[in-house]
Parts: sequence; structure tokens; C-alpha cells
Amino acid sequence: MTMPEPTMSGATMPEPKMSEPTMSEPTTPGDTPVTLYVPRDSAARSVGADAVADALLRATARGDRPVELVRNGSRGMLWLETLVEVATPEGRVGYGPVAPSDVEDLLAAGLLDGGDHPLRLGLVEELPWLARQNRVTFARIGVTDPLSTEDYVRHGGLEGLRTALRLPPAEVVDTVTESGLRGRGGAGFPAGVKWKTVAGCADELKFVCCNADEGDSGTFADRMVMEGDPFMLIEGMTIAAHAVGAREGYFYIRSEYPDAVATMRTAIEIARAHNWLGEDILGSGLTFDLHVRVGAGAYICGEETSMLESLEGKRGTVRPKPPIPAVEGLFGKPTVVNNVLTLATVPVILAHGARAYQELGTGRSRGTQVFQLGGNIARGGIVETAFGITLRELLEEYGGGTFSGRPVRTVQVGGPLGAYLPESQFDLPMDYEAFAEAGAMLGHGGLVVFDDTVDMAAQARFAMEFCSVESCGKCTPCRIGSVRGVEVIDRIVAGEDRDDNLAVLEDLCDLMTDGSLCAMGGLTPMPVRSAITHFSDDFLVRDTRGAVHTAHPGGTRTEGTT
Amino acid sequence: MTTSVSEVATKAVIATIVAAHRGRRGALLPILHAIQAELGHVPEETAALLARELNLSRADVHGVISFYHDFRREPPGRTTVRICRAEACQALGSEALVAHARERTGISPGETTADGSLTLEQVFCLGNCALGPAVQVGDRLHGRMDPDRLRAILDEAVSS
Repeated sequence: MTMPEPTMSGATMPEPKMSEPTMSEPTTPGDTPVTLYVPRDSAARSVGADAVADALLRATARGDRPVELVRNGSRGMLWLETLVEVATPEGRVGYGPVAPSDVEDLLAAGLLDGGDHPLRLGLVEELPWLARQNRVTFARIGVTDPLSTEDYVRHGGLEGLRTALRLPPAEVVDTVTESGLRGRGGAGFPAGVKWKTVAGCADELKFVCCNADEGDSGTFADRMVMEGDPFMLIEGMTIAAHAVGAREGYFYIRSEYPDAVATMRTAIEIARAHNWLGEDILGSGLTFDLHVRVGAGAYICGEETSMLESLEGKRGTVRPKPPIPAVEGLFGKPTVVNNVLTLATVPVILAHGARAYQELGTGRSRGTQVFQLGGNIARGGIVETAFGITLRELLEEYGGGTFSGRPVRTVQVGGPLGAYLPESQFDLPMDYEAFAEAGAMLGHGGLVVFDDTVDMAAQARFAMEFCSVESCGKCTPCRIGSVRGVEVIDRIVAGEDRDDNLAVLEDLCDLMTDGSLCAMGGLTPMPVRSAITHFSDDFLVRDTRGAVHTAHPGGTRTEGTT
Repeated sequence: MTTSVSEVATKAVIATIVAAHRGRRGALLPILHAIQAELGHVPEETAALLARELNLSRADVHGVISFYHDFRREPPGRTTVRICRAEACQALGSEALVAHARERTGISPGETTADGSLTLEQVFCLGNCALGPAVQVGDRLHGRMDPDRLRAILDEAVSS
């Protein structure tokens, strides 16, 4: 894929501030090219963005109006992909979802001037789905060309790093602590506390590691940050390095994300060439460099200690804690391990101050959360908003119900290890504590929606089966417990000593929760138990659903992988 | 033991890759990725060769190769089709796609067709959860997959 150069005419524009709600790219008559935007995000490409871009370039090459095509990140309104935008004097006008076959028709309707067409959505920044959000981490994503340093700086990039480099490291740590930023990977641990521990270690060699092993189904925000605003992540890592005294950092990106790997590698090279990485960064005296490492298809490597083992070139087995990675991490050295979204949020906190971030949110959940709407949902994508919004608002006002058009039956929140919530809990406010009280987990804010055709016994069985496939094998409750869990659920559904087997499953869940070394075995009972608690009818012997239930237990619930 | 031409070639490839990665921290995973990128799979003799080169035990290297789903012991088909079976894609019928692929190709996830044209795999999440079901063909992601489009992809792979 070739990325066209960003329009250079934009470089002489007056600098808009990041906080301005509309950032229009003015076009002037004459030879100034019309700027078109077609996302390069892999989700957009998965539904034909490259073909749309090609069709636009071919068709406009025949016309008399010069066109600059920018491959931007995605706005996160993924159901509108491929979302084509055109810069007009009024602002960027969107069209979507555009198929390659729509291109001729769109151009005939005056696409280059924002002309009317059934696919015309209006000014993108004013679309209610986007305008109601509070984009802090995702402020630039979809707006800019991800690999253009000019775009990055023009839209507030490097402000955080420049501020941080003027401050003594301890003050940077204090700012992050005061902001209330909590780890976005799922556990929600205060980032500043972690940094302070690393900063307090006397070792000469320290590391900053970015956990980009986004393996949970229903999450794609990390991928969109890496593909859509990689410099932000580099900036966040560099700020962390300055704060804790590290000189070397690693991205651990899963192999399932080849586009993110390629974008991050290119961005690092560009950053080095601009002295945003390397020696004496921006003349500050700070030396820091970054490396990309690619995972190899092991879900468990999203667990921070397994990730460290994997970075060391070993099997990705979990380490017992203590020692915590902040004290003995990568190669035994003090190490900051943060999730992509955590590190990506650091620059804006430094740029605008801890207070501005802290004022967003509710209770102990400060700032924004990046919710990811996925699964069977009509309008899936990224909703970044302050904590405290309810699940129902996300599902109905943003999500627009299911993709299939059938009623929503359940939503799994927080990934494969999160609870399945019934409709009666959809009014829960989305914050860490409210979810914990309800026996669920907010985690990273990923939502997977299911309609009323879902078989919850099959989902519970899948949770156990997934754990058995992906367990690192180090601790017995997880490695063996998950295998037994699959067998017991099969017996329950087959009607074999149902009550006794439910008691066995309950006991097994207790054991896995209490006895596992990490969240993999420790949280697998959460989806299982929530399915049994809220959807107990699905665990009865099935006659009504027409499923075979005697000859081959589990035979029709097709998640069997072997 | 006889030494075949391919074994000699493999040895040379691995030696070159090791030389390029020497000095990097925790180099084993990048080395294995590079070997697979070059040879299509991680051949049997890799463990012994890397153990010697990196001063590790054969058991250590074998343990790493076998731990990670990505490293193949056998060459893959000319096209690899991976169907996402994680929850978000399940909610949109990925299991039906897997069943369809089985029926169409006669192979199950993890297998390669006898003519070496196609490897079918399962994967847990491709990060395309708002536009599922997702399928990856080579490195290329496809969203909103349906049985007809999947059949076209599989047929093209098998005929090529």
C-alpha cells in the first residue's frame, strides 16, 4: 500500500488549537488541490477502503480538479466505513459507507465540493455520534494522517513531551498521579503509583514496556491508536522514560495486527529521524529508544509478566508476584508496563495539566474511558466519554441495537474474562467500582453484544475451553480446572446429575478464582458464573431449541476446537 | 544421518538470521519469526541449531517453539485463511463460517489441503470486532464476512 504524501498546503494554515471542536481544512479556488480523506485503518480496509481510495484516485485523475488523497486514521464510526471525507470551506464533509461502486456517482453529485448525495452525512465533527463524545485520547485519530509529523505537531502533538522535559522527573510522576489516570489494560491500577515505584529504584538500567497484546475479543482501541496516531504512543513512552529514568523501551504487539506492527515500525523510524527518539531528544539531554517486538499468537502474553517472559525470548508463562515488574521486571530490571491507551493518554495530561483530566469522570474513575462497541451491534466503534455513562446509553443511543435487528439478550463487558450482563443490569454506570460491586468487571471497556439467539451454556463452555487452550500451563487450577470445566458443563447440559454437577462447577469456579496465579484462570469463572446466574434456563437439558443433547454432549455447541 | 540439500540451505538461512540478531536482547522470538518468514515454517532441525548458536539447551528452544501458536512445524499452504472464532465474531455467526469452510474444503482449522494450496486456521480476535465476522487472508483483514464471500475466497485459494 502506498501512502500519498500529506497535502503540503496545510502547513501554512493558521494553527488551530486542539480543543477547538471543528478543525476545517480550508480549500481555496484555483490550483489548490481538494483534500480527500480515506482511512487506512485496517477495519476500514477490511470493508474496502483501499479499493475506494483507488477508485477515487483513478476517477479524479481523469477530471480537471487536482486532488490530494490523505489516508487518515478512522474516526471510529466503524459502521460508516468506508467513510470518505472532503475538506470544504465549512469543514470536513463525510460520505459513508462508501463502496468502490459508489465513487463515480459521488463525484457526479459534486463530492469534491461537498455536494448532496444519499450517502452524504454532513459535517463529520457535527455528527451527533461523534459530537456527543469527549475525545481526549482519540482527539487526533481520524483527523490526521497518522505518519505525518506536520499533522501531528499542528494538532497538539509534542506539547506533552515538551512540558514533561521542562519538569524534573518527580514532577512528571506527580502530575500523572494527580490526574487519577488508571491503567487501561483492565486492572485499573493507578499509573502514577507504578511509575513512582520504578522511579524510586536505583538501578542504572530500567525499561518502559508498552503492552500492545490486545487479545481480548471486543477490543480494538489499542490497534486503532497504533494505526491511527502512533506518534502519540511514542510520545507517551518517552514521557514515561523521562519520568522513571529509562533509556530503552519495547512495544509488544500481537502478531494478529500486521498493520499496527508496520505502522509503529515506520513511526519509530520517522521519530528517530526527527530526534523525537534517540540521543538528546529535542535538545533535552534525554536519551531513549524504542523497539517493536511481535508476539506469536499466545493470548496469555497480554498478562504483564508473561509478556515480559516473552520479551525475554522465553515461553510466555506467568511469573508469581511479588516481585512486581516495577521492581524486578524485564531482564530483572525495574520496568514500567502500561497498556497502549494508558501511555497514549499521558501526553494530553502533561499538555493540559492533571486537573483538566481529573475533572472528567466520576468517583475514583477519573478522566475518560474508551468504550469499544462490538459483536452484534448496528453502530459499532469507539465511544470515548467520561466514566459514568450507562451501558444502556452506550447500547441504545450509540450502538443503535443489534446488527441482526433482534433484541439484545446479553452484553459481555471487559473481554473474554468479563461477565455476561442481562438486560436488568444495563442501567449500571460504567465505572470500575460500580461494576465490581455488581460482580462484573469494567476492564478495558470492551463490549460484545449478543442477540436473543445466543446459547449461554455454549458461551460458558467456550469461556472454559478458551482458558484450556490459552492457559500458559504454569498453575494447576487454570490448566486442569478449565478442562474439567468444559466436561462439567457438557454433563450439566446433557442432564447428567444436573444439581450435583452444578455444585461441582460452583466448587471448581471457587478453586480457579482463589487458586490461580493470574487473571486468566482467576477470572474465567466470571463469564461462566454470570451465565449460570442470569441465564439459568440455558443450562437445562434442551428440548425446545431442537438441539441434539444425548448422543454427543457438546456436539452441537460448536465451539469445540479439537 | 544423511544431510540433504534442503538441510544445508536451512542451516545457512538460520546462521544468517542469527548473525543479524546477535546482540539484541531476548533475541529468540525475533529469530524464530525471521526463520518462519524466510522458510514458511520452523523446521525440525531449528531447535538444535539455535541451541548451539545461542548457548541455550535444546529443551529451552523446543519449549519456546512449541509454546506459541504462530510457529508452524510444517510448511503452510500457499494461502492461509484464518477465521476469527472469538466472542464478538461468534455473536455474528463465525461458527457457521467455520462449518461452511470445513464443508467446502474438506479440512478443519489447523489443516492444509492435500495439494498444498490452502491452510485453514482459527484465530481468537483480529481486532475487527465492530465489523465481524472477521477473516484474515494472508495478512489481509476482511470484515462483515458471509458464506458467499468466504466461498469465493476459498475457491480462489484452492484453484491457484
